[in-house]
Amino acid sequence: MTVVVFTLIVLFGSLLAGFLGSLTGLGGGVIIIPLLTLVLGVDIHYAIGASIISVIATSSGSAAAYVKEGITNIRIGMFLEIATTVGAVIGAILAVYLDPGYIAVVFGCILIFSALAGLQKKTDRSDNLVSSGLADRLKLNGSYPDAGRQHPYTVKRVSGGFLMMLFAGTLSGLLGIGSGALKVLAMDNIMRIPFKVSTTTSNFMMGVTAAASAVVYLHRGQIDPGIAMPVALGVLTGAQVGSRVLLRTNTGLLKKVFAVVIIFLALQMIYNGFSGKI
Amino acid sequence: MKKEPRHYIGDKDIQVIIGTLLRVGVYTSLAIVLLGGVIFMAGHAGKAVDYASFRPQPAGLASIGGILKGLFSLDGMAVIQFGILLLIFTPIARVVFSIFGFLIERDYLYVGIGLVILAIIALSMNGGFTH
Repeated sequence: MTVVVFTLIVLFGSLLAGFLGSLTGLGGGVIIIPLLTLVLGVDIHYAIGASIISVIATSSGSAAAYVKEGITNIRIGMFLEIATTVGAVIGAILAVYLDPGYIAVVFGCILIFSALAGLQKKTDRSDNLVSSGLADRLKLNGSYPDAGRQHPYTVKRVSGGFLMMLFAGTLSGLLGIGSGALKVLAMDNIMRIPFKVSTTTSNFMMGVTAAASAVVYLHRGQIDPGIAMPVALGVLTGAQVGSRVLLRTNTGLLKKVFAVVIIFLALQMIYNGFSGKI
Repeated sequence: MKKEPRHYIGDKDIQVIIGTLLRVGVYTSLAIVLLGGVIFMAGHAGKAVDYASFRPQPAGLASIGGILKGLFSLDGMAVIQFGILLLIFTPIARVVFSIFGFLIERDYLYVGIGLVILAIIALSMNGGFTH
């Protein structure tokens, strides 16, 4: 394959990955890594390096808008970033010692989990009644604007959320994905933060988490400009288009169709991982 | 826009600065990546690609020094990598700005938290872990 053909295929695939990733909330990385490894035969180390760069681009791009609107809780984000960045560095280092086959299998499992978590009906368990002592001391409680008024909320089980974030960060560093599904799980289910705040704050944290593992990857030569260029440009453009379409479409059916595709890709990754083809 | 009373005075300004910083950072770095991509494609369009196996020691482009050296000779690969480097530094710069913001607010706890994050990234950048 020549450089021009390769670049065009990756660019087109990344556009699609960014578009679907933004519509379904799963992120572009979960599609671009299977595309590069399964379809184009790229080594998984290069695929992860390129994907982590696209995570920085898309999360920073969309975080910019949310932060300005005042929905993102910067204190929650920064406090939990301690956990995610430590995890990200651990994950990136682990990636050296793990056999690529194992990485592919773990990737497939997380993919299935994310797809199923995305399908679940969400229930907002946030309230403004009790707050944990740690949340008070760290000034994590806040309020967010919606429909013209401020909604106050309190944060619970801070250490549990912190531990979950450490795990989410490790997977992000190991697999080159944003691991948004795990971050939202930590914030929604454990810390009881309202959706709007948890999804935007998770997005806000992704950039610096991905940057922490990206410096390790860069140093190791896992970020190849020839792959990272079309992936970063494609995924960001696709995600921007996706976020505009998102405001006008009902994504229920799309999410279901997409979950089936994702699970198929995941099984393929797991199979190839076990059979040593990756 | 709605003006609502906030918990912490000054948070709004920090939010606007951080939002702008992220946006400018992402678009500037990707513009450089695109420029590098055009230069690279112009010179290498017909060459064959080989990414089938990972070669851990690539020439030059894995260090900041190597990237800057290639940048001045307008090597397409190095220009792309420079854009990627800027992109990686965008969220890191966001942490630095937040630290200043919290310093102005006299919220020293969060100044400390921001410094811890920077220290973690600095350690990983140092390469102490990677060799």
